[in-house]
Amino acid sequence: MTGSAMDALSVLDRPNSYIGKTVPRPNLDRLLQGRGQYVSDLELPRMAHVVFLRSPHAHARIVSIDADAARRMPGVVAVVSGRELETVITPWVGVLSHMKGLKSAPQRAIAVGRVCWQGEAVAAVVATSRAAAEDAAEQIAVDYEQLDAVTDMRTALDPSTPIIHASLGDNLAFERALHAGDVDLALSGSDAVVEAEFLFGRHTGVTLEPRAVVADWNAAEARLTIYQGTQAPHMVQNIAALHLGLKETQVRVVCKDVGGSFGIKVHIYADEMATYALSKLLRRPIKFVADRVESFNTDIHARDHRCKGRIGVKQDGTITAFEIDDLTGIGPYSMYPRTSAVEANQVVNLVGGPYLTQNYRARARVVFQNKNVMCQYRAVGHPIACSVTEGLVDLAAAKIGMDPVEIRRRNLIADDAYPCTSPSGMKFERLSHHASLTKLLQMMDYEGLRAEQAALRGTKVHRGIGIASFIEITNPSAAFYGVGGAKISSQDGVAVRLDAQGSVICQTSITEQGQGSESLTAQIVGSVLGVSMDRVRVILGDTDNTPYGGGTWASRGAGIGGEAALQAAKVLRANILDVAAAILQSTPAGLDIAGNSVVDAIDGTPRIELSELARIVYFRPDTLPPGIRPELMATRHFVPRQYPFAFTNGVQASWLEIDTETGFIKLLKHWVVEDCGTIINPQLVDEQIRGGVVQGLGAALFEKCIYDERGQLTNANMADYLVPMSGEMPDIEIGHVVSPTLESELGAKGAGEAGTAGAAAAVANAVNDALRPFGVIITEIPLTPQVILTALGRI
Amino acid sequence: MKAAAFAYARATSVVNALELLAAHGDKAKVLSGGQSLMPAMNLRLLSPDLLVDIGGLAELQGVAVKGGTLVIGALTRHVDLLRSAEVALHAPLLREAAAHIAHPAIRNRGTLGGSLAHADPASELPACIAVLDATIVVRAPSGERRIAATEFFKGIYETALLPQELLVAVEMPARGKGSAFFFQEYARRHGDYAIAGLAARATIDDGRFSDLRLGFFAVGDRPLLAAAASKLTNVSVTPTVLADAAATLVDELDPQGDQQASPAMRRHLAQVLLRRCVAALLARPDLETGAAQ
Amino acid sequence: MIAPMPVSLLINGEPMDAVVLPRLSLADFLRENLKLTGTHVGCEHGVCGACTIRVDGEIVRSCLMLAVQAHGASIETIEGLSDSGEVADLQAAFRQRNALQCGYCTPGMLITAQDLLKQSPVPDRAAIRQHLSGNYCRCTGYQAIVDAVEATAKARAGRSA
Repeated sequence: MTGSAMDALSVLDRPNSYIGKTVPRPNLDRLLQGRGQYVSDLELPRMAHVVFLRSPHAHARIVSIDADAARRMPGVVAVVSGRELETVITPWVGVLSHMKGLKSAPQRAIAVGRVCWQGEAVAAVVATSRAAAEDAAEQIAVDYEQLDAVTDMRTALDPSTPIIHASLGDNLAFERALHAGDVDLALSGSDAVVEAEFLFGRHTGVTLEPRAVVADWNAAEARLTIYQGTQAPHMVQNIAALHLGLKETQVRVVCKDVGGSFGIKVHIYADEMATYALSKLLRRPIKFVADRVESFNTDIHARDHRCKGRIGVKQDGTITAFEIDDLTGIGPYSMYPRTSAVEANQVVNLVGGPYLTQNYRARARVVFQNKNVMCQYRAVGHPIACSVTEGLVDLAAAKIGMDPVEIRRRNLIADDAYPCTSPSGMKFERLSHHASLTKLLQMMDYEGLRAEQAALRGTKVHRGIGIASFIEITNPSAAFYGVGGAKISSQDGVAVRLDAQGSVICQTSITEQGQGSESLTAQIVGSVLGVSMDRVRVILGDTDNTPYGGGTWASRGAGIGGEAALQAAKVLRANILDVAAAILQSTPAGLDIAGNSVVDAIDGTPRIELSELARIVYFRPDTLPPGIRPELMATRHFVPRQYPFAFTNGVQASWLEIDTETGFIKLLKHWVVEDCGTIINPQLVDEQIRGGVVQGLGAALFEKCIYDERGQLTNANMADYLVPMSGEMPDIEIGHVVSPTLESELGAKGAGEAGTAGAAAAVANAVNDALRPFGVIITEIPLTPQVILTALGRI
Repeated sequence: MKAAAFAYARATSVVNALELLAAHGDKAKVLSGGQSLMPAMNLRLLSPDLLVDIGGLAELQGVAVKGGTLVIGALTRHVDLLRSAEVALHAPLLREAAAHIAHPAIRNRGTLGGSLAHADPASELPACIAVLDATIVVRAPSGERRIAATEFFKGIYETALLPQELLVAVEMPARGKGSAFFFQEYARRHGDYAIAGLAARATIDDGRFSDLRLGFFAVGDRPLLAAAASKLTNVSVTPTVLADAAATLVDELDPQGDQQASPAMRRHLAQVLLRRCVAALLARPDLETGAAQ
Repeated sequence: MIAPMPVSLLINGEPMDAVVLPRLSLADFLRENLKLTGTHVGCEHGVCGACTIRVDGEIVRSCLMLAVQAHGASIETIEGLSDSGEVADLQAAFRQRNALQCGYCTPGMLITAQDLLKQSPVPDRAAIRQHLSGNYCRCTGYQAIVDAVEATAKARAGRSA
């Protein structure tokens, strides 16, 4: 690193730095006053609405489609089948080359010949209003010949089970096996071996604004503008262009406000592809907004896993080995373009991750089934890996009569043991399991709670404490998708410029869905430049107007996009100081920028306001000394190179009470300590964690997509699919340990998924802790009253 | 998710509403608060040809005490039950139950008449009015008739109401002195439909029930006025007596299973409710934990 | 009639005449006809609370009400409550506490919270959670919202004391 003398002082420590400070996010008033611009709000001239007629069957041959009556309905612009749309958009296959053996079948925007899940689109109805399109969709007669549906992942690979895609030869999408150390030897040398099967309910994201897209093909410009609530605009641009036969320059993706994403909006869905294609076909703007029932039937699902786990332990608490056998059913296709093998792959990568033992054996199998597609949703794989690992650790502790905290103390990787590598090959730069656990115990007053628990048991009040340590993958490098051939950028870019009034315009390739991308970018740029945040305007979510980059997903915005912002701002600062030195007949090293002015570096005396500097540069360059060529715009890109992922860590605790007569659980309190490295905005980090925890609590207690044996989703509405609401959620206390990554100057790692990663595990362990007097162990979520009462033998 | 097209008529009077219903038969639906009807229509589970909006009919509004009778107009909203001084005084059970119905925004629109006519077995008010010995007043073009609450509910979403009739009011004896009430339900989340619930009214003399009405809901296809109550009346309630009543209750129940609770779980929860109700009403915590420890 | 019907109503204090199809929900009327897109649609079956507005001073789900039912009513949306300044302090508390992330639930959440504060000046946290229990937020986990409402209640009580 070179630069002026001021660079020797970390940009994080500059006077008036916004980094590490809680400042309100810019532009919140827009959302607070109902003046946001969500895609579902958007209207364009000549815009028509598309409604998809969706298959009522999990698996069926389409014998015929009669749309004549529908075409005659008022307001109908067109009724389009899969065959017709095929002329506009090509099919895709959701595989990545580094997921060895992963296979899937070609998927189309609208089904052709056969439907493979309840909810797959069979025809598109385009009309002047959504209501008119729904009216017409009811008039389409589809003759289906029902086929046997594959619904149970446990029998999906049986020879007697029909093969969903004959061309693939079987229903196995992906399998991975891993063996590190010597598990058999370790288990045979253990004092106890405990095993259990962990069941996870299939659940989904339930973004409050459903998926929404307006595609606007301008035939005269030969250009497609896609307005879409997406986390990855450049990925959408690439894929839309690829399958519509366009150049990327012919596709612009615009993403303004997005009503929730959580991974749901990082994929490319068939109905979105169909909407792009329909706009091209019909030469007018087409709007698709999923309704809530469609959201449940077509937004990706996640977490439907059955994982057998085994742990060996010695009497002194030493964990000798972990072993898992994970099975998951992903629906009929691997999702595009990130694939549906990633969750199982992450489970293999992450189980046992916080612990010392190097003996680890894992198998994961990913099978096809006739249900909605599964793919990456917030904290991909982490909740499963964490629940299995932490569940096993608690079972081992109980088996040898050791306190759950003590067994963790004896087995968590020491805080001074880094860098190190996990048995699955994950490289840890620096983690802080012990410091985090210590802090957690102090925050929650562990001993006090144990005493309270014991006292209340005497009065038949059953409370439990559950602990869950976790690791989290953040800041993914090209190792995540790029190496597998996906055009999903792992780098991000930021362009920063000083405008003519001395304000700063900042264009970034990361996106905003409420995490605070805009805020963290402005905080970093403002801090580095010495400019107040109210003079920094951040532009994001537009492929025409931002540098190329990955977007916001996988807890990467702050760590990757933030570093790009920092580096771009540093260059701009140096450029400004060069100009200022020329104007002020000083040297760049003798100057700094603070409080929107160039100041004397030594005593801070203001020398020239940035607005005045900008005025001279833009309007009176003739007055500058000869040879000075001001460059008041700078762009930098960043991608992690040294570590494939910046791992973070943390630990959660749950304190809850179970009414053992009704099976109802009351969450009393939840604690999290996490280490995401440098904290840019403490409030935003805390709120990411709280929101993530509550998504994990939803999984723990409420959320489950319930399919019947015929592959029908039976609770595809908000009254029957239970999401966590305010009345049942606890207050969540959050603490931090800070171990910055040295791979970037900023030192920030991700924080978006930490909450979700460990919350369900903590709750499950707390439930088993509460039920200890009853000799009951439950390894299934959601932990419904029905599950609790059944386990207790009450029903 | 848009409702199919329908015609809409804003009724100008009860007579006018009855005329419209007579003219259109079962192709018409009465729109009161709409809090159950509109979701069903938006989901296109229901597509009536005509909605008869009775929401503006002043003659169906209001709560009054006439003689010893509390008369509650059909359009009385759940929020009105919460706010009404007459209800608080004469039928506090309704007030307590109304607090469990959905959420504030729903309670501001949903009505007593609508809830009763909809007859969702998981809803609170049908059980309450059965417990309160209420009479349901319905009007037809031919005139008015009164149906005992216990006779009104016929099954899931089924009532004694005929297509051309309109539920206009509910009448019940104003609270007798010495009545005690109990209301509890188990729902997965605040405001969700109950998976088991109990509304009860009791008269207690010297630590014994001289009268006990137990109205269970969400544990059958309609509210159940449990005969098990008779096992608890005019006796000194011991754990054995209570266990006997619980056994009787289980025999009476025929619960449905759904995604929240199996029939067995509903039977179990009904017994838990019974024990907790009796323990609370008699102020006998010792009775609360039955066989299950 | 299936045919469009006239309605006259007050929208954020402004008299308005419109002709609407009977099946048009009040939420869609506000969003599509009047372009008041601050009223959000999240489920269209009365569960999520994103479409909460005020009708004659009381909160309702605008997806469960027809535009024709609003004839003669006074409708208030987040745009109106913002412009009048009625919830300015609540909005400021939400901003300060980061009680919103994606912002999609926020208009309904603010209107519901204001409803509580009008009825119950200093509610405790449990009461706040209960009153908001029909408004779904996927982003925040609710605690920040509860904090912001609690802080506003205390500040208002302090001012009126």
